Amino acid sequence: MDKIIIELIVRNHPGVMSQVTGLFSRRAFNLEGILCAALTGTKESRMFLLVAKDTRLPQILKQLEKLYDVLSVATHLGADYSFYHELSALWQRVEAAGPGIQNAESA
Amino acid sequence: MKLTGAEIIVRCLERLGITTVTGIPGGSNLPMYDALYHSTIRHVLARHEQGAGFIAQGIARSTGKPAVCLATSGPGATNLITAIADARLDSVPLIAITGQVPLPMIGTDAFQEVDMHGLTIPVTKHTFLVRSAGDIAETIHEAFYIAASGRPGPVVIDIPKDIQSEAVDITTWPEMKPLFREAEPSEADIRRIAEMIHCAERPLLYIGGGIISSHASPLIEALSEKNSIPVTATLMGLGAYPPESPLYLGMLGMHGELSTNMIIDEADLLLAFGVRFDDRATGKVEAFSRHASIVHVDIDHSEIDKIKQSNVSLIADIADVLKKLVPRVNESSRAEWRARIHTLQRQYPPEDTGAYSPLHPLRFIRSLSDNAAPGTLVTTDVGQHQMWTAQRYTFRKPGTFLTSGGLGTMGFGLPAAIGAALANPEETVICISGDGSILMNIQELATLADYDLNVKLFIMNNNHLGLVRQQQELFYSGHLYASGFITSPDFAALGRGFGIRSITLDENSFTGEMLGEVLHSPGPCLIEVPVNSDINVMPMVPPGKSNREMIGGRTNG
Repeated sequence: MDKIIIELIVRNHPGVMSQVTGLFSRRAFNLEGILCAALTGTKESRMFLLVAKDTRLPQILKQLEKLYDVLSVATHLGADYSFYHELSALWQRVEAAGPGIQNAESA
Repeated sequence: MKLTGAEIIVRCLERLGITTVTGIPGGSNLPMYDALYHSTIRHVLARHEQGAGFIAQGIARSTGKPAVCLATSGPGATNLITAIADARLDSVPLIAITGQVPLPMIGTDAFQEVDMHGLTIPVTKHTFLVRSAGDIAETIHEAFYIAASGRPGPVVIDIPKDIQSEAVDITTWPEMKPLFREAEPSEADIRRIAEMIHCAERPLLYIGGGIISSHASPLIEALSEKNSIPVTATLMGLGAYPPESPLYLGMLGMHGELSTNMIIDEADLLLAFGVRFDDRATGKVEAFSRHASIVHVDIDHSEIDKIKQSNVSLIADIADVLKKLVPRVNESSRAEWRARIHTLQRQYPPEDTGAYSPLHPLRFIRSLSDNAAPGTLVTTDVGQHQMWTAQRYTFRKPGTFLTSGGLGTMGFGLPAAIGAALANPEETVICISGDGSILMNIQELATLADYDLNVKLFIMNNNHLGLVRQQQELFYSGHLYASGFITSPDFAALGRGFGIRSITLDENSFTGEMLGEVLHSPGPCLIEVPVNSDINVMPMVPPGKSNREMIGGRTNG
């Protein structure tokens, strides 16, 4: 199925992620992937959302635009979203680092 | 000047013109109440936070301006949520300020801790968790701006107790930003809509709550009269158009008149102004207004094409559009279309209530309407009595009908009436409720007694959850289950227990003069109206059916 990437610039404060993901679950839109990082030197973050390209996309975009903490909404049609699926290399690097702080039971 | 967070909250509310707040104090908002002790703001103590939320809604809905409710953390805050969600669905500018456990205790499952910010994200326009007293003034001004701008809606401000007590230096106060306004519609768009009206043979105005929010009633009247365009209103739009006009078709949809739904079905142009194509208005969407081109004007761009694809749409303040559109539209008498409408209205006449008992709900609500002064405000709860009110009460002025349309919250009516009476002390407020709904916020009779407000509470008592009973009878093989009450309280005794004058009406002794006396005596009054439990709200569009497939309508006068 065709996919599309939605790029958001958001206010970087606790709660913004749950506002965005909450919107998707509340309106029964499908959200397949999220990448998010703070924009250095600002109070903003950039989010990339991977979503299926279906007929309700315009409604999703309008609802995102209405969120107070979402400052801008752009779409990237035909972008290479394969990097969402190439994160396995990242998992391996994280796992290779071994366990960190032990949880309460095992400590 | 050094002020505590709580003092800043109260100063901001004063600066923003708030004269009444409502709420309940508790552990986490006591600093706010200490600041209110020194303020001129009147605090109305409710008996349940949901009551406080709906009292504030009554103020906001009847004035069109933001109103404030307060609650403590935990259960106080969660009790507000229904009123907040209700404000969201009906676009009401409600500001809820909740106490929160101290910042260092957040996340520890502290006593009366609940994630109010997280809980209210999906039911607000926006929600703030304030983390510094220095942010409070800015946040409160921003909350008022968000609540009242564009399509109004509720905003939550959650403030930890230590932030309320923290003292900070305040040198300047933020100014209230002018409310966001959508751009004026372009001449080209206006010309296009005017052309569509001129080309249409059977145009129809479908109007809703947006007309009332934008104070556009006189402009809708001007447009409709100039070009002889008939008007139908949603539940939220009742009162937006003069009911005595021959162009007025009344409410559409699930419990509208059959003739109105049939007329909509024949329209070739639907002017959908300040509406959102709600399922109770449209019935089966694919079949709604199937022959018509659609012009959709709304202030919220996410409503455009959400349910029904429009041919032309404008994201604008409806009053801005109408101011430009009315002079562009030609005068017309539309004799043919109006004759057709007349024929349909004769073919599908409204229920003739002439032979009914004077306490039959349809007759009773009509006599209430006939005996009430023109400025009277009316609130309802949710259920059969709400639909009977929508069908038979004549709302003569915009903003005089306050009802829970979108969320359909039983328990709305009494506290909303208290709020409306607080904000409109010169008017009478009628609350039409049912025996099911009233018990959901009955405790607010105590608040009503406290302030001796001019609220007349009519309880239509059929000892049932009537709308549920009706659906079980019609669509669940008559399996009446959990819709009839085993016992019924003596409502008049209950009212007297709260110190409120209370009357039970009786079919044999009831007269119209009694109603006039009740409505025109000052102060609160509870009036129990016995209703036969067999009476259904008719006509009705069965769930999932198109509006043409109504049951219970008279096919021949």
